[in-house]
Amino acid sequence: MAEQFDAIVVGAGPSGNAAAYTLAKAGLKVLQIERGEYPGSKNVQGAILYAQALEQIIPDFRDDAPLERHIIEQRMWMLDEASFVGTHYRSDDYNKPPYNRYTIIRAQFDKWFSSKVREAGALLICETTVEYLIMDGHRVRGVHCDRMGGDVFADVVILADGVNSTLARKAGFHGELSSKNVALAVKEILFLPEETIQARFNIKEDEGVVIELMGTVTEGMVGTGFLYTNKDSLTIGVGCMLGDFTSNPKKTTPYQLLEKLKRHPSVAPLIEGGEMKEYCAHLIPEGGFNAVPKIYGAGWMIVGDSGGFVNAAHREGSNLAMTTGRLAAETVIAAKAAGKPMNERTLAAYKDALDESFVMKDLKKYRRLPEALESSPQFFTTYPELVNRAAQTLFTVDGVDKMTKQRDVLGSFRSARSLRGLLGDAIKLWRATR
Amino acid sequence: MSEAPKPAARPAGRAGRNTELSEALKAYKGVWVFIEHDRGHVNPVSWELMGEGRKLADKLQVDLAGVLMGGPDEPLDAFSKEAYAYGADRCYFVRDPVLKGYRNEPFTKGLTDLVNKHQPEIMLLGATTMGRDLAGSVATTLGTGLTADCTELNIDGRALAATRPTFGGSLLCTIMTLAYRPQMATIRPRVMQMPRRDDTRQGDAVEMALGLIETDIVTKLIEFIPDANRNTVNLAYADVIVTGGKGLKMADNFKLIWDLARVLGAEVGGTRPVVQAGWLPADRQVGQTGKTVRPKLYIAAGVSGAIQHRVGMEASDVIVAINTDSNAPIFDFAHYGIVGNAMQVLPVLTEAFRSHLDKRIRKVA
Amino acid sequence: MHIVVCIKQVPDSAQIRVHPVTNTIMRQGVPAIVNPYDLFALEEALRLKDRFGGRVTMLCMGPPQAEEALRKCISFGATDAILVTDRAFAGADTLATSYALAAAIRKIGQEQVVDLVFTGKQTIDGDTAQVGPGVAKRLGMNLLTYVSRIAEVDEDARRLKVERRAEGGVQVLDSTLPSLITMLEGTNEMRFASMDDMLRAARFPVRRWNKEDAGIEDVARIGLKGSPTVVSKVFGPTPRSVKADMQVVADSSVNDVTLNLLQKLFTAHPAIEEELVQRLSA
Repeated sequence: MAEQFDAIVVGAGPSGNAAAYTLAKAGLKVLQIERGEYPGSKNVQGAILYAQALEQIIPDFRDDAPLERHIIEQRMWMLDEASFVGTHYRSDDYNKPPYNRYTIIRAQFDKWFSSKVREAGALLICETTVEYLIMDGHRVRGVHCDRMGGDVFADVVILADGVNSTLARKAGFHGELSSKNVALAVKEILFLPEETIQARFNIKEDEGVVIELMGTVTEGMVGTGFLYTNKDSLTIGVGCMLGDFTSNPKKTTPYQLLEKLKRHPSVAPLIEGGEMKEYCAHLIPEGGFNAVPKIYGAGWMIVGDSGGFVNAAHREGSNLAMTTGRLAAETVIAAKAAGKPMNERTLAAYKDALDESFVMKDLKKYRRLPEALESSPQFFTTYPELVNRAAQTLFTVDGVDKMTKQRDVLGSFRSARSLRGLLGDAIKLWRATR
Repeated sequence: MSEAPKPAARPAGRAGRNTELSEALKAYKGVWVFIEHDRGHVNPVSWELMGEGRKLADKLQVDLAGVLMGGPDEPLDAFSKEAYAYGADRCYFVRDPVLKGYRNEPFTKGLTDLVNKHQPEIMLLGATTMGRDLAGSVATTLGTGLTADCTELNIDGRALAATRPTFGGSLLCTIMTLAYRPQMATIRPRVMQMPRRDDTRQGDAVEMALGLIETDIVTKLIEFIPDANRNTVNLAYADVIVTGGKGLKMADNFKLIWDLARVLGAEVGGTRPVVQAGWLPADRQVGQTGKTVRPKLYIAAGVSGAIQHRVGMEASDVIVAINTDSNAPIFDFAHYGIVGNAMQVLPVLTEAFRSHLDKRIRKVA
Repeated sequence: MHIVVCIKQVPDSAQIRVHPVTNTIMRQGVPAIVNPYDLFALEEALRLKDRFGGRVTMLCMGPPQAEEALRKCISFGATDAILVTDRAFAGADTLATSYALAAAIRKIGQEQVVDLVFTGKQTIDGDTAQVGPGVAKRLGMNLLTYVSRIAEVDEDARRLKVERRAEGGVQVLDSTLPSLITMLEGTNEMRFASMDDMLRAARFPVRRWNKEDAGIEDVARIGLKGSPTVVSKVFGPTPRSVKADMQVVADSSVNDVTLNLLQKLFTAHPAIEEELVQRLSA
């Protein structure tokens, strides 16, 4: 006798956990199905936790969630081959609880989040893959899993199955993932003693620093790097659009980019002596607003990476994942309470909620950015070089008068990009981010 | 079955546990080695332990004894002569028809009775299927401490300090049995060196009756089926070994290891990850849970040198390591290192060996 | 038939991955799993249950998170699961562990007589293979270690026949119930749990026993207090005093590097050169 649930959540990552937890807490009968050996085994993230998103789900998460450091300083670096120009923001306000952002280690965090989901009453099974959705015409009735007797039914199936979701594709809800809309990122976790990290980054116990990097290190490909401080380790990574990797004539691999980044004279001293203990790679959906597929239908909804909910411009993904998971769950809870069927009309409330929230508002704001960047490699090559050289010219005291220096700098910009080009770039950037 | 004498009142030790040796247990003296034999031959591990036992006995200035248990028609006397040649001062004998062929029940009784009567302070057994089966039962019966798979034995004060890998093999730890006797330890074959043999040495013999008859014993040994003449991989005793690790990336690349091994007349070994990936059968695994080897020449390609592997081969006379990572732990204990891609280096190395050795052979011929 | 299967939850040191570029081994964030050797014991027990009917009760001594390991065993078809967990068990060596497990099995036996106890050959974190023999001794059960095959079981006559791996061959042993069997690896293939099994396991109320529930009579014999072996120190391996003679392929050609190696090796170790010449000319 196949079982019937109120909701089935496919995937135990941040969006799936957010959905399952919210549903279970409201007393609904929830089954969560994860294909990995344990929650988090298939998840990868730079590892920043955005507290606000989680607070909406588990208000007292700080009591027992495994958190590394709370972030008090953000550094943004523009690199060329041997130098960088950076902007830092550090504030002691960030030391006033409740803290706004934390670095986390995904393996531990997901395990904790999942334990909360089970405490809330959801049933979790792992090492089980949903092979396809059980449909009745257009309506999703349940899922079919790769185990004997693997049909399970529910009023609604929430797909939280990640960037490479095949279920929605198989069911025809959206098309193939395009290499234009996805980035391939690699990261390493390097172990260093707590005191060393604190000394190098000028932080105290529990305080953390985030460094976002971009520049010539990605060889003109659209991408960024990052360096985060965990308690006794550093996370360093870099990622570029998958299409760029394939069309790059140099055929540089992500690992090679990461090695290059690690050897950069401004980065190497920060990671020196670090013992590499963890290495992983993952795809990140970065198509933005225009790549978000249909996210609900009769008996189904999509949350998290599976729906492309990543704000690449701001490196935000897990907060969107958790928020979409929560909003989807809330839609279901409201529908159940009102005795409404889980059809397209009812579930449209999910999209409405998303549109009202920062999720779609932010994605909409940056919808033109992917294309703008794709067609402008100069942002990743020429400008970092110009900016760095300009800084060097202006900061080097060598007897040359300041007027000459100023003219040299302005001249270098003009000759590299021409006045028209400069103007065009500025307009492009403004258009893409307004 | 006789009971081990219980220690007297327990003084508070670390964390409330007993770390003081009672007067009764202080009287336990002597180092014993359980001599494992089967169908007319002694398992060489027993002699390796005899050599190690001799060192311990000398440090403690006590006698070293071998324990021989078997059927009345088994060549136990001949075995004891070997035992004396390898350093034993004495042998304890328990002869009985029910001891022909190993079974847990009679052997546990015999060994436990011997221990209770003659009270050794240290007892060593080989970490074989027999040794581990017996050691666990005996240690539990005597209520004493047993340390398994030791890689090093020392004397600390008057007590045995047994070292073995821990934390999944990334570190070593030294374990002691402070308040109980005998201190028991099992050691894998080939971890200790084979000692020198001195056939002029003699020793004395002590007999003890088993006190069990066949009907007392529940488990019957119906028959013994020897292994079919398999292609015996003699890794543990090989003098030249070439080992491949996960750094070779693909099963196909292992061909390069076999090629080099052929030129050197060497045995082929692998690390645990390689065996688990199915690139090599389990009997070729070198390491903590595989075989321990002591070759004259050990060449490791694509092997990181993690301690689980290290403890299986670090006694090699000469170690050559090839790895792309100059920080790989293997370079900490290898004699010669090449930082490079094994897939590149191995074929060239094979050819270099072949042409050099060919030239030498032609000169000789 | 009532079978008890003892398991341990261990860190998965086998989930070792090698970095694709540096070839270093990575062990961070390694999850906890059921000791792989125990699964062969469990599968064998489940096969006997399939044949003879009855119950398979899982038993594990461990911290609270070991419940996951027991739950996994339920998903394969075990009937019941008991986690013996108590601060007092912490720090137990094999002697103290076998004391605790034996007490728990006696308690389980009070609910229904235990015919067989299964354990795995050894754990991947301790590797001692001592607990199985220890439990058998304490319960007065026949000990059958390294069993490669259970040839016959006669429930009515309370007899069984097994094949046991020994050096150079296989022993065929005939014994009685109750017995404790430590199962050799590779002797069977674990079944694949059905959806119903998975759901049952997800809902299963794993029983938790503290030291009183487990029938521990003498608390001085459990945990750290009951452990005769003491870890006196933990340390990293000592690097060799003389560093390796290193060459880097990137600096010179592979040819130069290998020729250099041979020259140094044979100059310093002429005996090895002789050995190799002998082998090649043989």
